[in-house]
Amino acid sequence: MRKSPRLPLIFIIAITLVAIFINLPKLNNVSIGPFKGISTSSSEFLKAFRIDKEFSFRRGLDLEGGTSITFRADVSEIPSAQKNDALNSVKAVIEKRINLFGVSEPIILTATVNKDSRIIVELPGVTNIDQAINLIGATAQLSFWEQGASESAKLASPSAYPLGIIQILGENSLKTSLSGSDLQRANVTFDPTTGAPQVQLRFSAEGTKKFADITKRNVNKVVAIVLDNQVIEAPVVNQPILSGDAVITGKFTVENAKLLTTQLNAGALPVPLTPLEQRVIGPTLGAQSLAKSLFAGIVGFVIIVAFMSLIYKKLGLIASIALIIYALINLAIFKLSNITPYGITLTLSGIAGFILSIGMAVDANILIFERVKEELRVGKRKDVAIEVGFSRAWSSIRDSNISTLITSAILYQFGTGVVKGFALILAIGVLVSMFSAIIVTRTFLRFIYEK
Amino acid sequence: MKNKIANLDIIGRRKIYFAISLIILVPGLIALLLFGLNLSIDFTGGSRLTVELKNKVTDLDAQKVKEVLTDKKVRTYTLEKSDKSLLIRTSPIDSKTNSEFQNDLKKSIKDAKQTSFETIGPTIGRETTLNAIKAVIAASILIVLYIAWSFRKVPKPASGLRFGVSAIIALIHDVLVVVGVFAILGKVFGVEIDALFVTALLTVIGFSVHDTIVVFDRIRENLRRQNVPFAQVVNDSILQTLDRSLNTSLTVILVLLTLLIFGGETIRWFVVALLVGVISGTYSSIFNASPILVVWQEWTEKRKKK
Repeated sequence: MRKSPRLPLIFIIAITLVAIFINLPKLNNVSIGPFKGISTSSSEFLKAFRIDKEFSFRRGLDLEGGTSITFRADVSEIPSAQKNDALNSVKAVIEKRINLFGVSEPIILTATVNKDSRIIVELPGVTNIDQAINLIGATAQLSFWEQGASESAKLASPSAYPLGIIQILGENSLKTSLSGSDLQRANVTFDPTTGAPQVQLRFSAEGTKKFADITKRNVNKVVAIVLDNQVIEAPVVNQPILSGDAVITGKFTVENAKLLTTQLNAGALPVPLTPLEQRVIGPTLGAQSLAKSLFAGIVGFVIIVAFMSLIYKKLGLIASIALIIYALINLAIFKLSNITPYGITLTLSGIAGFILSIGMAVDANILIFERVKEELRVGKRKDVAIEVGFSRAWSSIRDSNISTLITSAILYQFGTGVVKGFALILAIGVLVSMFSAIIVTRTFLRFIYEK
Repeated sequence: MKNKIANLDIIGRRKIYFAISLIILVPGLIALLLFGLNLSIDFTGGSRLTVELKNKVTDLDAQKVKEVLTDKKVRTYTLEKSDKSLLIRTSPIDSKTNSEFQNDLKKSIKDAKQTSFETIGPTIGRETTLNAIKAVIAASILIVLYIAWSFRKVPKPASGLRFGVSAIIALIHDVLVVVGVFAILGKVFGVEIDALFVTALLTVIGFSVHDTIVVFDRIRENLRRQNVPFAQVVNDSILQTLDRSLNTSLTVILVLLTLLIFGGETIRWFVVALLVGVISGTYSSIFNASPILVVWQEWTEKRKKK
């Protein structure tokens, strides 16, 4: 007998409280009536779990304003086994460049469409697309630098030097003839005796010769490796290396050894980028769209509540409370997702998907109520009518929602950006609406009609 | 009132309802065949920019903007004025030309500011079209299969596959209604088909099937319990689910209307497509999908008798 609705009710209240907690807006020293100095910041709370983030919505460019660029990454020159590495390297290089640009929360994605490799870059807040393309779209340049023989080798202006090189090699730093095209590839390997991670470099035939010369000249001296005008590593040469196989040892963790190899491979496997698609949305336009759709969403919600209460009276009110819980849970999921690597981005079409899923959640309630009404009409007792109504409505709720889930899965599979976001939010909405109809509405009804 | 509904004969008048569908479908299809769809740069490739001015846009402003673009060897396809902003569609502009355009524009009109800029290469356009078609076909096939499976236990001679196919015919009806309406809107008001429209279309597909399944579910349930002619069962089932169908659709329509009124221009036509689709979906689930089941049933019975 699981007739008693107490336990599920406590469960629902608990979930609702958690959702409200997650949805709390960030307040800093705000006074509400007699309560003074209220601060709510989820970052403090999350720190307890060693998560250095806070609960927040991630807004898409159409709501936030910013730049989105889709590049075609030309990997036709790269051996197929290394294509993935090459793409990851390009991504790492772009990340590094964007960090220099000072953009908060950039999104960089790689995608393969019809055997074509794409890199999609989204830069919130950036509106100078020309500058962005020049910065991001340039092919990575890898070079090796050594200490010049004399003062005379000094370059004309300090700006001609890569970032950080003067501190390492002094003012007479000299660029060697060895470059990214001489490097075949870089790998993470492990020291056979100590097991410590290290970075292995393999040079081409020509590179081997050049590298042998450089290492002969620089025994016990530093050779700096420069990517995109910035020093990424400055190892000391222990002995001349003639074989073309070099190993950089040091206090590497597996993580930063990997990072260094992706950066080196970006120079070794250069991937030309051509912009295919560009979008800039001005910040005011984004803010307007957000304000408008938020307002429309709130009005829509109020209308649903009014409509349901009008038609289904007390039942309608119950459904409305269930709907509010439904919305809270959904919003909490959007916020929660952003502390995981699978963050959900809210876009205009995503909000439309959310509102549509509210419609489907309402439908589940309507289906149940209509069945309950029918059972009552036949003369069943109220509590019996509710149970029978629920079980009868379930098959249609299940089948119709599964077909919506199928559609969203297809949309997610075939769709690009906008469509994907819509599909994801619709699917989450449908799943939560099934929970809301089966657990929340049902428990409320049982509780109310309990003797 | 209750009695009136209980006695409605929807199946008996099915020919009238099929005819109504045709009356709505045919003009849209003719427009589609004659004029085609007004495809946006999402499908064709090109650029779309918005320019905002301090005051209401005048014809002179529009002319100036067009001249600056022509100077840059950019072809202007359409130029739309709405209050203080101008929406311009052109041949593809690269980012360099665009920053030159922005500079020259400031010289020509002092307070002009570009608020959005989009360029889509023809490759991406082709992909979007292809993916949209693939998505519609894949979704339809999977839904037929799911319904066929879910309704596999319905008593003979009805079959799960029949339910699936009928649902898809209703779905195609709704897709064609929306596409047809937009072919007309495209011709009359210059409304464009963009990536959001595809999203709307797929939502309509989801909603249409959702709605149809609720009626089918009732037919499935009643077939198990009643021993009356198939047509009668179907008619009863439609009437039993009528309240629900109308209330649900009304809720969704109310929400869409608020989106239409308050949601802003960016999603206006997206919402219109959803509205048309939802209304058509409600109609087709009541007046098309289930009557088709009956027609099919009677047709197989007639063949057997011969």
